[in-house]
Amino acid sequence: MNKPKKIEVDRRNFLKSAAAGAAALAATSGTVAAQPTELRRTVPAPMSPEAEVGTPSGAEVLTADRTGSDFMADVIKSLGFEYVCANPGSSFRGLHESIINYGGNKSPEFITCCHEESSVAMAHGYAKVEGKPLAVLAHGTVGVQHAAMAIYNAYCDRVPVYLILGNIIDATKRMPGVEWAHSVQDAAAMIRDFTKWDDLPISLTHFAESAVRAYKIAMTPPTLPVVIVADGELQENPISADIKMHIPKLTLAAPPQGDTGAVAEVARLLVAAETPVILADRMARTPAGVASLIELAEALQSPVVDLGGRMNFPTRHPLNQSDRHRALVADADVVLGLEVADLFGALNNFRDQIERTTRSITKANAKLISINANDLYIKGNYQDFQRYPEVDVAIAADAEATLPSLAEAVKRLMTDDRKRAFQDRGSRLQAAHQQSLERARDSAAFAWDASPISTARLSAEVWAQIKDQDWSLVSATTFVSRWPQRLWSFDKHYQYLGNAGGYGIGYGAPAALGAALANRKHGRLTVNIQNDGDLMYAPGVLWTAAHHGIPLLNIMHNNRAYHQEVMQIQIMADRHSRGVTNCGTGTAITAPDIDFAKLAQSMGVYGDGPVSDPKDLGPAIKRALDVVKRGEPAMLDVVTQPR
Amino acid sequence: MRLKTRSRGVALRISVEFGEPGFSLAAPKRLLERLQPLKLRLNAALPWMLPLVLAVALLVSGAAVRAQQSAGGTPPAGNSENGKKLFSSDGCYECHGLRGQGATQTGAARIGPPILSLDSFLSYVRHPANQMPPYSSKAVSDQDLTDIYAYLKSIPLPPKGKDIPLLNK
Repeated sequence: MNKPKKIEVDRRNFLKSAAAGAAALAATSGTVAAQPTELRRTVPAPMSPEAEVGTPSGAEVLTADRTGSDFMADVIKSLGFEYVCANPGSSFRGLHESIINYGGNKSPEFITCCHEESSVAMAHGYAKVEGKPLAVLAHGTVGVQHAAMAIYNAYCDRVPVYLILGNIIDATKRMPGVEWAHSVQDAAAMIRDFTKWDDLPISLTHFAESAVRAYKIAMTPPTLPVVIVADGELQENPISADIKMHIPKLTLAAPPQGDTGAVAEVARLLVAAETPVILADRMARTPAGVASLIELAEALQSPVVDLGGRMNFPTRHPLNQSDRHRALVADADVVLGLEVADLFGALNNFRDQIERTTRSITKANAKLISINANDLYIKGNYQDFQRYPEVDVAIAADAEATLPSLAEAVKRLMTDDRKRAFQDRGSRLQAAHQQSLERARDSAAFAWDASPISTARLSAEVWAQIKDQDWSLVSATTFVSRWPQRLWSFDKHYQYLGNAGGYGIGYGAPAALGAALANRKHGRLTVNIQNDGDLMYAPGVLWTAAHHGIPLLNIMHNNRAYHQEVMQIQIMADRHSRGVTNCGTGTAITAPDIDFAKLAQSMGVYGDGPVSDPKDLGPAIKRALDVVKRGEPAMLDVVTQPR
Repeated sequence: MRLKTRSRGVALRISVEFGEPGFSLAAPKRLLERLQPLKLRLNAALPWMLPLVLAVALLVSGAAVRAQQSAGGTPPAGNSENGKKLFSSDGCYECHGLRGQGATQTGAARIGPPILSLDSFLSYVRHPANQMPPYSSKAVSDQDLTDIYAYLKSIPLPPKGKDIPLLNK
């Protein structure tokens, strides 16, 4: 071990000694390679109470023109972050101050969040719209503990989130009390199972290199969260004002494409197929993904089932057969899965009775194909990878990047006979698509005038108000029975973002706000059909929306329950033949009913409702929409049927 | 969820398999399989016959309900007011919706109004297929189920979707 006393230099005395030895420091500061050694030696002595209250000597240097956190801010700026989301925390106070003052609070702009889970979920929603991460700052201890579920959601959803955690590594530099409780040997340990990469830089040059590397790793499919720990001493130690330090160039890796031979084999199977079906889940990362899938589907005149991990395929396209998922799979001779999170589940029926059973719904001789970047990166502890699907061709690659070459390979194999067969198939699918739409409209008519309001009516009323605008639905539609996809016309990748990934409740409200933050500069109308139980995890996002002037139309899907759990308890009560009327105990959100309009108003957000008569819904949505068009958030509380 | 009824000795399973409460292609497939002796070329014809079979099934079932209602058919024994309360208190609404409209998310069929006979309804609730939890007689009596059935029967059919302007945007 080194003798610490020989390298300890009090932070406040650093400039004094640095001034005395300025020539020596300047001589070494000109080269990047010299920085780590020099900067490690600038660590200050522990702060004693006596030093704090005592009279400092006139020679003591108490200010610094530039610190390590200024350089960290330079690094962060170089990565193009528009925003940094954080609940303030002392372990990253240096970086916080550098971002808002040295960095001018622009690119990134500091977004004040009321909970670390909200910070990360905002980053999650933002990334799915914008296609790149925003930064999140958090304590390496209590902050990341709060943030953990949201990080897990982003991990399961294959979304890049960039975390910077404050920590104080050197035990001799921690303030007694809180800084010990807020310090940890290995800050990233508790989230390492569900992040892609992390590092603990011990010099500023190290920080720069790891920060750039982390960004590249996060953005390479499968895109995932990454973590950089920003040591408190490294943030706060002064550095010479004229020091020049290198920030490595960021070059993103081209996304991995499928092997040429395997792609050719898939093309051969698809062209020869009589009843193919394409299943797309987390496929379209960008607009190019949607365009490529349209090109492939139209070349083959193949039905497409959009499983809803993203907006992969236009809902009104005649080849969109999403409502016929199980039927098409049952009839298929070739199934192509594109970034399907649960391919086994898409190909099998599962029965949740006392004896849990699964049954394949595919033909025995059907050829099953998977193109999935998940095959390139998998971990063992958390089981989000789902049950193993027995496929015939597996391509470990990014599906969006692979589709153009697959479409070309398909076109090369087309013959006149196959083209005629495809056209016949396409005509039949077009008719089936129209029938699906008509069936959806007929189904939506049931409970049309009911109170509480049906989710179909809610969706239809919202659509009527937004359909002529550049809109973006940023909430998952699972709990409103996918009515938007069945009734609305989606055709852009940002119009639907999928769900939380890890099914962690509390994602919806902050992810919607993050998506709205991304949509703001594009002038898009952001719509969030917000579940009541989800909002109650961290309703402080309403304040963040008001504080930062983020326009967002929140429409409550207020069924006054953690309804999924109501049904789960019902299953158990029915199975046990007892207490079938008691399933609201522990699951209902009533007595008292939450007044979401007042909740919003209390945080400076326009609030209206509760609306429970369907006749009142349209005008109420229009009023809220007028507020959003002024650039403000709005909240309309709608009392709804369960699903 | 699957509802099972019998007609002319052929088991017709009506299920929610494909996101649409009410019917699935699995049902007519099985129906066609039972008709194999008629030399139907099942594999070749099935994909494009399914929508037709579905449409026929929908028309027949819908017409039957409408005919019964319009003709003032004999209502089932049961107290519909009590049935409405039970439909909520016993948790039926959780998956099927307060008007029995069904929901794709829960996989619950549209049952308001039901297309099954009372006997089939009682049989299915006791021994459901797929995901629906079973309600034993210990949990819900036959009389309670009969009241619930009466409530579901009392729910009027809505207009067609094409007749609601908001659904045609």
